[in-house]
Amino acid sequence: MSVSRRNFLKGGGLAAGSIALTGKPSQASVDKPALRTKGLQTSTTVCPYCAVGCGMIVHRKDGKIVNIEGDPEHPINQGSLCSKGSALFQVANNERRLTKVQYRAPKSDKWEEKSWDWAMERIAKRMKDTRDRNFVKQEKINGEMYTVNRNEGMAMIGAAALDNEECYLLGKFARAMGVSYLEHQARI
Amino acid sequence: MTNHWIDIQHADVIMCIGSNPAENHPISFKYVEKAMDNGAKLISVDPRYTRTSSKADTYAQLRPGTDIAFIGGMMNYILENDLIHKEYVVNYTNAAFLVSDDYKFDDGLFSGYDSENFKYSKESWAYQLDANGNPKRDDSLQNPRSVYQLLKQHYARYTPEKVCEITGTAIQDYMEVIRTFAATGKAGKSATIMYAMGTTQHTYGTQNVRSYAMMQLLLGNIGIAGGGINALRGEANVQGSTDYAILYHILPGYLKVPTYDNKTLKAYNDKWTPKSNDPQSANWWSNTPKYMASLLKAYWGDAATEQNDFCYDYLPKRSGNYSFIKLMERLQNGGFEGLVCMGTNPIVGGPDASAIADGLDGLKWMVAADLWETETSVFWKRPGVDPKTIDTEVFLLPAASSVEKDGSISNSGRWAQWRYKAVNPPGHAESDAFMVDQWVKNLKKMYAEDKKAVFPGPITDLDWNYGDGHEPSIDMVARECNGQFTRDVTIKGKTFKKGQQVPSFAFLQADGSTTSGNWLYCNSYTEQGNMMQRRGQEDPTGMGFYHNWAWCWPVNRRVLYNRASVDLNGKPWNPNKPIISWNKVTRKWEGDVPDGGWAPMKEDGTKSPFIMLPEGYGRLFAGGMADGPFPEHYEPMESPVRNLMTKQQSNPAVAIPGKIDNSGKYPYVGTTYRVSEHWQAGAMTRNLPWLVELVPDMFVEISQGLADWKGLKNGDMVTVTTERGKIEARALVTSRIKPLRVSGKMVEQVGMPWHFGFNGLATGGTANVLTTAVGDANTTIPEYKAFLCNIEKGGLKS
Ligand code: SF4
Repeated sequence: MSVSRRNFLKGGGLAAGSIALTGKPSQASVDKPALRTKGLQTSTTVCPYCAVGCGMIVHRKDGKIVNIEGDPEHPINQGSLCSKGSALFQVANNERRLTKVQYRAPKSDKWEEKSWDWAMERIAKRMKDTRDRNFVKQEKINGEMYTVNRNEGMAMIGAAALDNEECYLLGKFARAMGVSYLEHQARI
Repeated sequence: MTNHWIDIQHADVIMCIGSNPAENHPISFKYVEKAMDNGAKLISVDPRYTRTSSKADTYAQLRPGTDIAFIGGMMNYILENDLIHKEYVVNYTNAAFLVSDDYKFDDGLFSGYDSENFKYSKESWAYQLDANGNPKRDDSLQNPRSVYQLLKQHYARYTPEKVCEITGTAIQDYMEVIRTFAATGKAGKSATIMYAMGTTQHTYGTQNVRSYAMMQLLLGNIGIAGGGINALRGEANVQGSTDYAILYHILPGYLKVPTYDNKTLKAYNDKWTPKSNDPQSANWWSNTPKYMASLLKAYWGDAATEQNDFCYDYLPKRSGNYSFIKLMERLQNGGFEGLVCMGTNPIVGGPDASAIADGLDGLKWMVAADLWETETSVFWKRPGVDPKTIDTEVFLLPAASSVEKDGSISNSGRWAQWRYKAVNPPGHAESDAFMVDQWVKNLKKMYAEDKKAVFPGPITDLDWNYGDGHEPSIDMVARECNGQFTRDVTIKGKTFKKGQQVPSFAFLQADGSTTSGNWLYCNSYTEQGNMMQRRGQEDPTGMGFYHNWAWCWPVNRRVLYNRASVDLNGKPWNPNKPIISWNKVTRKWEGDVPDGGWAPMKEDGTKSPFIMLPEGYGRLFAGGMADGPFPEHYEPMESPVRNLMTKQQSNPAVAIPGKIDNSGKYPYVGTTYRVSEHWQAGAMTRNLPWLVELVPDMFVEISQGLADWKGLKNGDMVTVTTERGKIEARALVTSRIKPLRVSGKMVEQVGMPWHFGFNGLATGGTANVLTTAVGDANTTIPEYKAFLCNIEKGGLKS
């Protein structure tokens, strides 16, 4: 087929552009308007809102995100973002973000701060008790016994906001716990 | 998506139906506009005149929930006027297949209906088979039992006049849509369909999608550049979370969850591995045993051996439907002690949301992991409830945001792209991976120590080795998702060492020599590295595949079913926009990664293009659906009119639920939608000052006529009521929403965004308090998009 205008313009840049793997985020070459982002560290990310999958550059300084903008090298969005993507900066820097583990006791009308260790052990204990109390090893269906190994005491929902690898771990954990009531936003 | 975002630029016609990309997937619209710059026509089919409609060449209004009538009429026109892509239809679809004489359709019911259980038995929805067990066919398409003739007969009832009486579409707009779209049934022309939740959230949502796919098959628009049916998915990784099967009915890579009667791994494999006697069928799912064994090995590692069925016993077996609506019913009946919510807010996002909130009151414990305090996490202090009456222990865990952790997400076009951690999460917040890891480690210890623990094996034997860091090494998890060799082996003449990454799913084995956490992602992390991190920007064909940018499932194939984009000799239907083409000299495909490397269809030893189906042909007639092999128009569960097509009012394969209006008390058609500035259940946008400033309030959109009738002006407080509940909101009086003339009467519509709730920086009435908890016959997705409501002046307190 004929050479498209796009390829023609890119010309000899093809070979240089075809580094297959960057490996590290810092190697991701991105446009850096010289003044505004000078001296900042950069990494790339993908928008957490809709599934267009727009690429973004994150600029940080002293461990804080100071700017997020569209990634001009990203083949889909080529630097542009919509209203939501443009607001991601305010997810990273937001006083309303949760920063501590909170616990609400039965009948209480308020949260109490707790440590991770305390919460994780207690949650694990609740999960274990629930599983062991509500484990259906066998079930009689149409007069015949079947092994089903289901934990009917708990349900797990949500995952569309998790990364693939996290979804994998969550699913692996859920199935090991015998959880069959496992659902998320894709169904709704 | 069968195709991907960038491919939309290649279309000659783009139909947005049940979607509004200009507002809800704004950057995708770049490619719609690019196509239009090259002469493409844009059609917008929507109850509301949206910003997508404002850019369209043709806007056709339709009543929520009448897509099948709309598309059925289009198919009728295409068939009556013989506008199909004949060569494609005969060779690549099941149009020529003969259907069993027992299959019938009569006044809205397909053969095999069981009215007591709202179910069909599907035996009669089958092909006639020859002596070898393969479907009989008539390539002339003349046999009255051919799929083609049955299809033609089925949709002959869908005349333009009848359709428009049902949908409320102006007939001149409808005819313009049909003529524009039908013109793409020629080789060299393409049309794409962009759809979203306006399509799926109905009691026949799956059939809505199927009707699009069927029309695209008839026109030869599947597999080609600028073609396909493209679901615009609403959450950044909802594709990935589906691929990774956080769902009751599937395991990673769309393997089936075992049912109670699959007693052994062999029984499971026998039940779920489809068979084909046709040597020309690739029948890709015949690999099920390899994928399943590799998954079990990834789950239970060395404990999983051939002798113990790879710990198949450890997997829970289902004996019912545990989908979201059923789960919530069980919650409301006190069926659960505990609930874990990972970044989800069901009392805003779920149907009949107040009932879900009430259900939470019965829990012993609830865990919510989130960036924000959501409505769901503070259900115990929601308006009108006394916390003292609620005994639930609630744990709210502060989670890391997307820029505070490493990992991949998969967009609508199936591209898995890597995100890097830029900074630490704020305060004590942690990634979701950290939380799951902590639970597993705590539970492993507890189960190992407790001699009386119930069935500890699945937990104590769980293979869980992701490094010694503070949180699991996501790199190691990504490697496991791809899969590794568990011993030195030689497969297809290639030798691999224990511990090496499996290069692609073609090398996965059923004998335990491979692991793979998700066969569909096998090839995403090879010995060459993490493919999802790639940033190569070259586009040598100019077609926009970007094969070296990130990675896409399956095996980096950018357009699915692409072997249907060529004729029987392997020549692209459109030589100017080739997805793949056959090089006779090298005897290889060029372009995209082909859907299997077999030679063109004219040659021996080849395979048919629809490799995931056991027959190998695109299905115009689909015997596996819950509610009929052809989509048929029914009314939404709550509808202001009788079904004009048959005497079956609603989908016969869906039980009629309790909280439904049959009284005419609620005269207006309600529907929900999203706005550009907010997202889903709102926590990720209603807490951001910039976005809150743009859209601060909940509103309901009504027509000028309805506003006049109710004495409302723009900005007035109103109360919207349904059989489920009531909410208040501000009236937004626009000319974007107009009444429809349906079955001789005018029907008003009321539209509203569903992002709001009582908690957060911006608060407002929750639209899902109004919606119905009734689901689609195949998927049980709730019918959010069509319900009946009333609207009155004044807020709840006034
Ligand atoms: S920037 Fe906008 S269009 Fe792009 S992925 Fe994010 S939400 Fe979607």
